[in-house]
Amino acid sequence: MDLAEAINAFVRWLVQNYGETFEAISQGLLGFLLFFEGLLRGLSWFWVAGLVLLAGWWLSRRLVFALGMGLGVWLIEALGLWDKGMQTLALVLAAVAVSVVIGLPLGILMGRSDRFRGFMLPILDAMQTMPSFVYLIPALLLFGLGKVPALIATVIYAVPPMIRLTDLGLRMVQREVLEAADAFGATSRQRLLKVELPLALPNLLAGLNQTTMMALAMVVIASMIGARGLGEEVLLGIQRLDVGRGAVAGLAIVALAIVLDRLIQAAGQRAVKRYREER
Amino acid sequence: MSFIRVENLYKIFGPKATQALEEVQGGIDKDTLFQKTRHVLGLNRINLEVEQGEFFVIMGLSGSGKSTLLRVLNRLIEPTAGRVLVGDTEVTALSRKELLRFRQDTFGMVFQHFALLPHYNILRNVTFPLELKGLPRKEREEQGMVWLERVGLSGYEKHYPAQLSGGQKQRVGLARALCANPPILLMDEAFSALDPLIRKEMQDELLRLQQELKKTIVFVTHDLDEAMRLGDRIAIMRDGAVVQVGTAEEILARPADDYVAAFLSGVNPAKIYKVEELVQEPVTVVLEREGPRAALRKMGQAGAVNAYVVNRSGFFRGMVRAEKLAEALKTQGEKSGLEGFLEPLSGLSPGQTLEEALPLFSETAVPLPVLDEQGRLLGVVSRGRLIAAMAGRYVPQ
Ligand SMILES: Nc1ncnc2c1ncn2[C@@H]1O[C@H](COP(=O)(O)OP(=O)(O)OP(=O)(O)O)[C@@H](O)[C@H]1O
Ligand SMILES: [Mg+2]
Repeated sequence: MDLAEAINAFVRWLVQNYGETFEAISQGLLGFLLFFEGLLRGLSWFWVAGLVLLAGWWLSRRLVFALGMGLGVWLIEALGLWDKGMQTLALVLAAVAVSVVIGLPLGILMGRSDRFRGFMLPILDAMQTMPSFVYLIPALLLFGLGKVPALIATVIYAVPPMIRLTDLGLRMVQREVLEAADAFGATSRQRLLKVELPLALPNLLAGLNQTTMMALAMVVIASMIGARGLGEEVLLGIQRLDVGRGAVAGLAIVALAIVLDRLIQAAGQRAVKRYREER
Repeated sequence: MSFIRVENLYKIFGPKATQALEEVQGGIDKDTLFQKTRHVLGLNRINLEVEQGEFFVIMGLSGSGKSTLLRVLNRLIEPTAGRVLVGDTEVTALSRKELLRFRQDTFGMVFQHFALLPHYNILRNVTFPLELKGLPRKEREEQGMVWLERVGLSGYEKHYPAQLSGGQKQRVGLARALCANPPILLMDEAFSALDPLIRKEMQDELLRLQQELKKTIVFVTHDLDEAMRLGDRIAIMRDGAVVQVGTAEEILARPADDYVAAFLSGVNPAKIYKVEELVQEPVTVVLEREGPRAALRKMGQAGAVNAYVVNRSGFFRGMVRAEKLAEALKTQGEKSGLEGFLEPLSGLSPGQTLEEALPLFSETAVPLPVLDEQGRLLGVVSRGRLIAAMAGRYVPQ
């Protein structure tokens, strides 16, 4: 196929001409990822569970909820997968952070400009229908095996909801409210920071949540190119037909997913509770 | 010179507005323009002047361009052609940055659906314009509290908009618009979302504030009674053009065309006309010290059965009836003054609407005196004249 050959040629050209740039990016991302890893693996399960419990309490003010969150974290330890679990969590958190840094500005631009939106929508559609394995290949070619290509593949897979929901959130802000900001002489920066983003917050958090869940789902796949952690366990389970091992790792992933999902949802509810409640 | 001046202003909605503008200047109307070019004529050659401190109302049917005109004043909508001047500033010539500054200093705006920021508490909503201007927090909160008090919402500063009723929300909207103390208030259907009782209350509140503040107010409404009640002058719009400008009485007395006349047909004259527009010379006025005989002679000459009595300074003292005077003269002989014969009458004031004046006529059939604030007799209004005016059969000139 000519097209396939052309894409290969393009990637070769990228590597030859911009190898150093990729190396620099790679180093930066690696440092970022290792920071999270060091932090999480440095703490004992007890401290992480405690912090999550406190966060759960602060966000929901419900004791049962907070205890449940702490219990989820404990489960990972109880399954004997603490260290791998934290590797995975670090990768997910790093991927989500990078996704926010990329997704938020792109989403804001989409919200601002119909033209840019028209340009981005088909790209986002394509990104989301593309099988997730496909993202492994360019990451692999440009960055080789290891944590950084895994991070990049995860970001590419997980970033679309962050972009889409930022755009949606901005577009759902009432026209009259924006008009009020303009009428009182707000600069576009003031308008964004004081009106648009705060009012889009529920949508931003929904985007963050979806992005997190997708990052977690990608982690298993990314272990094929060298991400360590729970995905690796699942992969080993598959390779060795060890159902038990795979299932236990799967359970730990589910525990992580539930804890992250519920915490973000609680944050979303807390963000709007103050002003939604009628008196 | 007037405070707000609008000169040859056009607004055409659509991608090729400048081209469409030529067609409009060539004289085609809104419908034709739309059929020909798919462009919407928003404003069609508007010329207006609003005085400092004036309460100026823009009225018209839905789609006639009221909101567009209001928003062109602060350039929330950019005009296609023409100029807007406020004081010495040509608003339409300001750069983007100057415009933001100018909006902060010059315009307060009140919106139909309040447009409060749901994530800020009431105090922060009210002080939002000051926050945008970059005032220190302490200073702006001090000012905010003052305005909250003025609109009657002290104690609500920590509440959120969702916790307030519609009327309260619009009070917040009003306080916010006033907080930076701008000379101009722009109000787009500001009371239309409120139920009638609250609406009336807000109108009163606004009139009360306006008496003290003397802002220049441009107020959009499609409600005639509201327009007549609030406006010093009213502009009536149709298809993007202003078809008539004047006081309520001027427009009622001389509608510019059939459109305006049809538009006004729903007006209740009793709410519009004031007593002063119906005042007539009393048939007979006598001085208190003139005595019964002189009074009777005057009434006889004028063919009147009663007379209005004033003292030397023109203050109204009461009414005397010819029959009573004549009888007294017959039975009691000469009398020196009229004191014993005076009957009190309720006085009308010139600023009363006919609706307010009507109940006073239930006490008596004679024309009632119209008195100034000190109680001097200005004239009289008869019941027949009042009812004719209320029925729309008599139009004051
Ligand atoms: N952004 C826009 N794009 C295209 N047409 C517009 C736009 N804004 C207003 N119009 C059109 O301009 C005309 C005037 O609209 P405007 O909103 O000023 O009317 P209005 O008198 O305020 O009506 P209403 O009483 O319904 O608020 C209408 O025909 C409307 O459809
Ligand atoms: Mg309107």
